[in-house]
Amino acid sequence: MSKLEIKNLHVSVNTDQGPKQILRGVDLTISSGETHAVMGPNGSGKSTLAYSVAGHPKYEITDGEILLDGANVLEMSVDERARAGLFLAMQYPVEVPGVSVSNFLRTAKTAISGEAPALREWVGDLKTAMKNLRMDSDFTERNVNEGFSGGEKKRHEILQLELLKPRIAILDETDSGLDVDALKIVSEGVNRAKANTDLGVLLITHYTRILRYIQPDFVHVFVAGKVAEQGGPELAERLEAEGYDRYLKASA
Amino acid sequence: MAQHGIKEHSHGAGVPIQTRNERPRSTSIEDFAEVSKLQEIWRYLPIDKLKGLTQSVIGELTEDSVEIKLAEGVTANWVETTKAKVGSAGLPEDRIAAIAWTNASKTLVIDVPKELEQSQPSFVVIKPNSDAATAAHILINVGTHAKTTIVLDHTGLGVLGENVEIVLGDESTLNFVTIQDWDKGSTHVSTQFAKLGRNSNLRHTVVSLGGDLVRVTPAVELSSPGAEINMYGVYLADSSNYFEHRPYVDHIAENCKSNVAYKGALQGVGAHTVWVGDVLIRETAVGTDSYELNRNLLLTAGARADSVPNLEIETGKIEGAGHASASGRFDDEQLFYLQARGLNETEAKKLVVRGFLSEIIQKIEIDEIEQRLIGAIELELEKVGV
Ligand SMILES: Nc1ncnc2c1ncn2[C@@H]1O[C@H](COP(=O)(O)OP(=O)(O)OP(=O)(O)O)[C@@H](O)[C@H]1O
Ligand SMILES: [Mg+2]
Repeated sequence: MSKLEIKNLHVSVNTDQGPKQILRGVDLTISSGETHAVMGPNGSGKSTLAYSVAGHPKYEITDGEILLDGANVLEMSVDERARAGLFLAMQYPVEVPGVSVSNFLRTAKTAISGEAPALREWVGDLKTAMKNLRMDSDFTERNVNEGFSGGEKKRHEILQLELLKPRIAILDETDSGLDVDALKIVSEGVNRAKANTDLGVLLITHYTRILRYIQPDFVHVFVAGKVAEQGGPELAERLEAEGYDRYLKASA
Repeated sequence: MAQHGIKEHSHGAGVPIQTRNERPRSTSIEDFAEVSKLQEIWRYLPIDKLKGLTQSVIGELTEDSVEIKLAEGVTANWVETTKAKVGSAGLPEDRIAAIAWTNASKTLVIDVPKELEQSQPSFVVIKPNSDAATAAHILINVGTHAKTTIVLDHTGLGVLGENVEIVLGDESTLNFVTIQDWDKGSTHVSTQFAKLGRNSNLRHTVVSLGGDLVRVTPAVELSSPGAEINMYGVYLADSSNYFEHRPYVDHIAENCKSNVAYKGALQGVGAHTVWVGDVLIRETAVGTDSYELNRNLLLTAGARADSVPNLEIETGKIEGAGHASASGRFDDEQLFYLQARGLNETEAKKLVVRGFLSEIIQKIEIDEIEQRLIGAIELELEKVGV
């Protein structure tokens, strides 16, 4: 069992006009096996939350804490967080020219588990995971995210999720830019990871569509840098029908 | 030991040089002005690091400071320079090259007989083991239809003024690599000339890893139709290095192809690299296809990369000509992405630098050199304070 606790998190970002407050007191707790959906309007700070947990240097934590099984995540470097079991599927995965997917995945696996994976087992796992995500085997020879379509980038993120086996994963708009078929494939991947490793998931999305494939246990409405309301799956349906107007008026 | 007499048109020193083909060419030291930062060709160079290479009389590389390991069929001989066919591939265009030319009484002549196809590489390793200014002359002849690989490797301590001539016979293919992996305290000015026969193919790769001052100026004359040159360069510079690379392609004959691609990574205060890429497409060079590129990755603040592509085109009847040059800071988003996958900062940087340089490293196609380069990247990025 793992538990990620985000308490009273305040985050600002440095802009040319000085620091800008984005998160204003976020409280969220995610445990193994649970799926939390976070929904909210553009610019409400969802990606900022994801990046802050992962440790992106651009964001400054001005107050609050993040704990993983009681350990202070804010004191860890980015790679230490990853090795502690946190994973962020990026909204915009980054290109790494000249580095093949196969080299990248093997290097990451080695870094996460502290030793190089046994070759035969690794090749087998990789093949299976790629087949499950309907990825061509020659995909591994391409350079990381270079020239990938939107759908390929997202599948590649989920491939990493399945191979690196984190304890808690944050998926930042993994559903955006996917057609229905790709959405199903990607959702299956997340569900497999949940079933196989009891993964805890924080799923950031604008739409209920993905929630039909990945059942959330909790839905959090994110407005102006904090959680405005939370509830069960039924809250997502209501948000889709009514939008965020109610919350935006309240926060204005 | 000084030899005179080989001379092309000269406009005399001091006349401002307009286009590349107007530079004087001569083996006589007096035909060139003293080395000065006022001349474009020396403008970036830390002249104080040239050591003795600007003196008119310097020593000469001894045979025992050269280790030669040849593939079967390839031969190497030390020949009196007056008897060797020196000047076959080109003539000096600057004073330091003329000094080295004049002071090398012997020339190391490497012959690849015609029709020899030898996939094993031949190695010439130069280790002067001295900080006295030394001259060297190497002449490589590749016979018609021959095909092979030659590696010229410079290591240890040295202050070397060098001329390397490469003559490719018709339809021949050479994969040539010159490595500058000098110890601290070394200075190396290498002037390289290549002349390509009809339909011949040269891959010329420059690998610069160490040395206080390394200047490599490979000039290629495409004077026979259908010849193809690929000039590659890869370099890793830190605070202790100044590397200057000036590739030059002279398109004279029709339907020749040239591709120039140099990539370097720099780190540390004072690390400095210079790349000046000249391509001249003469009026006669109809059907030319040419491209040149230089990219630099600055890993830390305080490193400097100068990059200047020069393209002169005298005919409109070409297939294509282009250039690209860019120097960029290390991408923090790449670093974050890799760290978010568990790689620590050093591992992440290694992967990015290897990735950045891989395009060129892959072109070398000599396993042990590729491994050595990858090893050098690993070592370089593990240095403290990076
Ligand atoms: N580097 C930055 N400089 C200036 N403003 C920033 C920076 N990064 C984020 N912001 C601002 O912070 C706010 C929150 O951005 P964030 O990306 O977290 O929103 P989001 O909820 O993920 O939006 P979306 O649904 O569009 O992905 C936005 O107003 C954004 O413009
Ligand atoms: Mg976002």
